[in-house]
Amino acid sequence: MNKNDQAQPAISLRGVSKRYGDLQALSDVSFDIKKGEFFGLLGPNGAGKSTLISALAGLLKVNDGSISILGADVEKDYRQARLNLGVVPQEIVMDPFFTVRETLQFQSGYFGLRNNGAWIDELLDQLGLSDKADTNMRKLSGGMKRRVLIAQALVHKPQVLVLDEPTAGVDVELRQSMWRFVRRLHREGHTIVLTTHYLEEAEELCDRIAIINKGQLLALETKEDLLARGLGSKLLVKAKTPIKHIPDEYQDRIARHQGKEIELTIHRDSDSVMDILDNLRAASIDIDYVSVLSDSLEDVFVRMTGDQEVSQIEGSEVQV
Amino acid sequence: MNWTATFTLLSKEVTRWRKVWMQTVLAPVITALLYLLVFGHVLEGRVEVFPGVSYTAFLIPGLLMMTVIQNAFANTSSSLIQSKVMGSIVFVLLPPFSAFEMFLAYIGAAVLRGLAVGVGVFLLAIFYVQVPVENFFVIMAFAILGSYVMGALGLIAGMWAEKFDQIAAFQSFLIVPLTFLSGVFYSIKSLPPIWYQLSKANPFFYMIDGFRYGFFGQSDQPVLLSLAVMLVATAVLTLICVNMLKSGYKLRDA
Repeated sequence: MNKNDQAQPAISLRGVSKRYGDLQALSDVSFDIKKGEFFGLLGPNGAGKSTLISALAGLLKVNDGSISILGADVEKDYRQARLNLGVVPQEIVMDPFFTVRETLQFQSGYFGLRNNGAWIDELLDQLGLSDKADTNMRKLSGGMKRRVLIAQALVHKPQVLVLDEPTAGVDVELRQSMWRFVRRLHREGHTIVLTTHYLEEAEELCDRIAIINKGQLLALETKEDLLARGLGSKLLVKAKTPIKHIPDEYQDRIARHQGKEIELTIHRDSDSVMDILDNLRAASIDIDYVSVLSDSLEDVFVRMTGDQEVSQIEGSEVQV
Repeated sequence: MNWTATFTLLSKEVTRWRKVWMQTVLAPVITALLYLLVFGHVLEGRVEVFPGVSYTAFLIPGLLMMTVIQNAFANTSSSLIQSKVMGSIVFVLLPPFSAFEMFLAYIGAAVLRGLAVGVGVFLLAIFYVQVPVENFFVIMAFAILGSYVMGALGLIAGMWAEKFDQIAAFQSFLIVPLTFLSGVFYSIKSLPPIWYQLSKANPFFYMIDGFRYGFFGQSDQPVLLSLAVMLVATAVLTLICVNMLKSGYKLRDA
């Protein structure tokens, strides 16, 4: 692989816009996804994620801008672009006339591949479908159908794999085995693009994350940068006796005050936890223990998309 | 041209109708034979359309062609609307098919289903009445062109429709009337002048008339005229279909 090949993005979007009547589904979206990345695409319902994925896959035509997959334009060089890309659609869809193996054989053929039996067998094995190979698609459970969709997306060995909410409605066991398989693909050099409603999945799996809302790109950063956006953490302080007075300088930082507990909003870069604790002690608060509660991706996401209040926090406890 | 991809889609489409052969082949064959038995019984000896040809014998090519073209239409239209409604069309839209490759595969499957049904009707009909075969190549040419044209119309209907009832409407209000009024059961020369002229404007008439020529060596219109009409229809519908597929009309979001 030469330098140019390495520098070439897996997916490149330039000024992509899509309108449906008055609705601006995508608005001048531009970014690159690097080769070999595990990339998360997040956004609330109706944010434009599926529109973006449909545009990548050539399932819709954008009004403005261009998209390329490993350098192949999805319209002008659609054959190469589609060979480079595997898409696991969000909806569980299937052709009820065929068995699992027939489904995969046909899908191979559509990509111009004959004698793809060895890879199909490997996919069936890796996805736990070997004993269902000759079962009609209609007779599979939802989870099994989802696995077949993944196998279909991989049947032509694409370098870039897009998973559009692949774990929606999938049980825990299948979800874990699916992620094991996807992680293996990532280790082998595949570029993975994931959209999911389970933000902890994105937090655990993705190297970089894009957040879109109302068709606009709100953020595109590494997971670490996104989590450390300076939007702060919380300091949980529990006293041995009920806290009656909190120093005036912290009045506007009180996120919660209940009996012996207070939660203060802190800024990681500018606040010193030790100074705050000293000031609280000086105000006659007899501290029992403290805990620093970090923002989760969900907190950042909710704040950025202007949705509901922070609903989940993760913490690291410090005994004093 | 990716022949492997084209052949695979053709093979998938053929497998689709082969797996439900009772519905896609046997049922239309039985329906055609019922027409033959009822009309043949009622009208045999009372009507002579071509000199020296019994009414039942006259009826067979018309019924045969009607069954062939209706099934060719049904194959493409039902395959597309089913996969659109069920969402499985995505499996055909994601791979790197060109519009022409998709067109060839869908039309090929429609022609093969049309021919399968046609052979079924013919094999059973010849037990009932002797039918001459004047020119086998003319018969095959019209059977293939007829099912090609109707497969293409089915493709257009399948792309246009968003619901099953729209396909049913296309079939009930366009395909069935044009087929029944195309001289399946009669010679258009027996019609009043205005209906005769209108029938000559019905492209389906030329499918039936040319096809019938292959059996009897006689027809209402010169067979070359019928062949020319079919070839023009084939070319026009090919252009329309390929362009619709290329634009992704109602398949890919515009």
